[in-house]
Amino acid sequence: MTRAAMRDDTNPVSLGRERDERGSNALVPLLSVRKLRKNYRSGGGLLEVLRGVDFDLDQSGFVAIVGQSGSGKSTLLHLMGLLDEPDSGEVYLSGTRIDNLPAHHRDRLRNTDIGMVFQSYHLLPEFNALENVLAPLMVRYGVLEWMRRKTEARGRARALLERFGLGARLHHKPRQLSGGEMQRVAIARALVSQPRVLLADEPTGNLDEASGAEILDTICELNREDGLSIVLVTHDSAIARRADRIVRLAAGHVETI
Amino acid sequence: MYKLLLCWRYLRTRWIALASVVSVTLGVATMIVVNAVMAGFSHEMQTRIHGILSDIVFESHSLSGFQDPKWHMEEIKRAGGAAIAGMTPTVAVPAMLNFQVRGQWVTRQVMFIGIDESTHAHVSDFGGYLQHPDNRKQLSFNLRDGGYDTVDSQADSPGPTRPALEGAGWPYRRMRVERERLWRQRLESQQAPSAVNKETPQKTQSQPVRSVNAQVEAVLAAADAPADPATDAPLDPATSKQDPFRAVRPEEGRVMDPAQEQFTGIVPGIGLASFRDNTGVDRFLILPGDDVKVTFPTAGTPPKAVSDTFTVVDFYESKMSEYDSNFVFVPIQELQRMRGMIDPQTGIPSVNSIQIKLSPGTDLALMRDQLRKAFPADMYLISSWRDKQGPLLMAVEMEMAVLNILLFLIIAVAGFGILAIFFMIVVEKTRDIGILKSLGASSSGVAGIFLGYGLFLGMLGAGAGLALGLAITWNINTIRACVEWCTGQRVFDPSIYYFFKIPTIVNVYTISWIIAGAVGIAVGASVLPALRAARLHPVEALRHD
Repeated sequence: MTRAAMRDDTNPVSLGRERDERGSNALVPLLSVRKLRKNYRSGGGLLEVLRGVDFDLDQSGFVAIVGQSGSGKSTLLHLMGLLDEPDSGEVYLSGTRIDNLPAHHRDRLRNTDIGMVFQSYHLLPEFNALENVLAPLMVRYGVLEWMRRKTEARGRARALLERFGLGARLHHKPRQLSGGEMQRVAIARALVSQPRVLLADEPTGNLDEASGAEILDTICELNREDGLSIVLVTHDSAIARRADRIVRLAAGHVETI
Repeated sequence: MYKLLLCWRYLRTRWIALASVVSVTLGVATMIVVNAVMAGFSHEMQTRIHGILSDIVFESHSLSGFQDPKWHMEEIKRAGGAAIAGMTPTVAVPAMLNFQVRGQWVTRQVMFIGIDESTHAHVSDFGGYLQHPDNRKQLSFNLRDGGYDTVDSQADSPGPTRPALEGAGWPYRRMRVERERLWRQRLESQQAPSAVNKETPQKTQSQPVRSVNAQVEAVLAAADAPADPATDAPLDPATSKQDPFRAVRPEEGRVMDPAQEQFTGIVPGIGLASFRDNTGVDRFLILPGDDVKVTFPTAGTPPKAVSDTFTVVDFYESKMSEYDSNFVFVPIQELQRMRGMIDPQTGIPSVNSIQIKLSPGTDLALMRDQLRKAFPADMYLISSWRDKQGPLLMAVEMEMAVLNILLFLIIAVAGFGILAIFFMIVVEKTRDIGILKSLGASSSGVAGIFLGYGLFLGMLGAGAGLALGLAITWNINTIRACVEWCTGQRVFDPSIYYFFKIPTIVNVYTISWIIAGAVGIAVGASVLPALRAARLHPVEALRHD
């Protein structure tokens, strides 16, 4: 698939272009966190995971967050992905504070603007590959609206899966897929709602080297060719080097490299 | 949309949850069957009770009754207006029924009820409960010349269950008289050589001849000598020419021929005259054509006991054993005359009660109250058939309510099963819940999956229960026969119930409530697991293994 074709508006696999237009204010970072703190209670004591993290992701940026185990990489990602709430500090998406929004707004944002990929794929075992990719759209639409948009949605999901080389695996259940295939399904799922940012939490962590490299290539390609803004969490500095910028988390603080 | 799809997928892949709805299915099926059978019995009973009693009973407090039923009926008509569809006077007194079975006298305590044969059948279902087809059309207290039903006309009995009734009536009466005559002859011929003294006549009287009264014995004595019936029987020539079977009251000193004449006809309840053996065949102690004695009080003060002989002309079978083993019907004029209820000077009779039939659609309680207003309460007791059987009807309703509560508890127990299994499924699906939340599913959406799942299971269980319950209800008699055949035990003994089939009524309203209750319990049981699922923290849920 050529780069020109990817940019075509009519191409359902095309990503990022309209996002470029939406985030037109180049001065405002797409995603930023300010003085983010998060503590966990464990065994009666207080575990300070994040102690005032500041972090920015520019439009079409690709940032890798590295750090040792327990340094709070995943916690930061969860806070940016609105899966968790910070104890203090703020999260902004295109300059709008999103961490203090009501629950249903945050659910909506998770569904439409943030795509997430996890280390252990997190596919729904009852759904086949195509249905897993469609899951975010099913979550978004009620039964009637789903019926109306079903054909279009399925077309988009199918195209995404085909783009990731899974055209022959559409109706396979996750247990019938390899790790690499599952992760590609997960990426397709994250992209199906055309999110503004993709948050990937150790996406290659469970994969062998070849599959991991393939996934990483896919992610890089999404950034370069589609202009998708990506935050990638990894403990592997070799992987992190593929990103535009690396942010190191240590002792709950950010050390930019 | 995902909720529906997930519910459907869970339904297809979680067989353990289906196991939990089996108890819902069984509970619903049991409730449907029990309610249908109870409603069947209850309806049958109410129909019977209502069939025996007219809509409203207007009665006096005393046994002597009130005078001039005609005037009373006119007054009732005036008070009730067009709603009064029919009326008939009755006289009811407690009495003793005596009859001989194999040489032994059997005594039964009965209610002796004088009825007007021309109008009584119009105010209640009385006519339909008789055993002779002609009597069912129009009651006559004259003995019929055979033709009594050997098949229960009110039940779909499997075949002739009353073979004894074949030949009942005049053929049976003539045969009985003849047999008694022969029996007497044989006894006398045996005793003749030893009978040398003058006490022979007394001995003859004490012999175990199956005579019913002194008059019959007199006839038998007379029958020893060959006689020409035309000259021998001093019948009223006018009546005997018209109808030899017409009831004739033997006058004092006149000898009656029981082979051609009958006493006043009576219709006893079938329970007094028969019993049902365990094969479902009715065995009769007396038959139409037999003579019985009834002892009852007169209307005087103090009442005196009088006895008279009557001929059984038919049996009354309402299928309510309480009535069938208690009621004996007799022509009202005869009872009034024998009890001294007819004013000797004016000839105006008295009656105990007036049975009132209302036109269809009349409010029973309203009309009762209207009549109560019109007549002084210290003289007349006015009650509807429901009042009369109030405690019984209440007891049945109470029994049904208690049974329903107990059975509903079965479904409630099933609810706890669903609760437990759902908690397990929520734990098992914790990670999926986390995934859905990460994809933007709201807490209420996640709760909706499990509530919807509960609803699906409830509907499935209740639907299967409905199908099973209806299948059992509609085939209950086949199932009964099957169980009886397998176990050799009689499940539904027709000697206890007067039905051959278990009656059932499927009430859509009741079934709707049962289904709604079952589905409600299934959904209710899934509320707690659904809330737990909704409250799961997405990050913790995603980390769950």
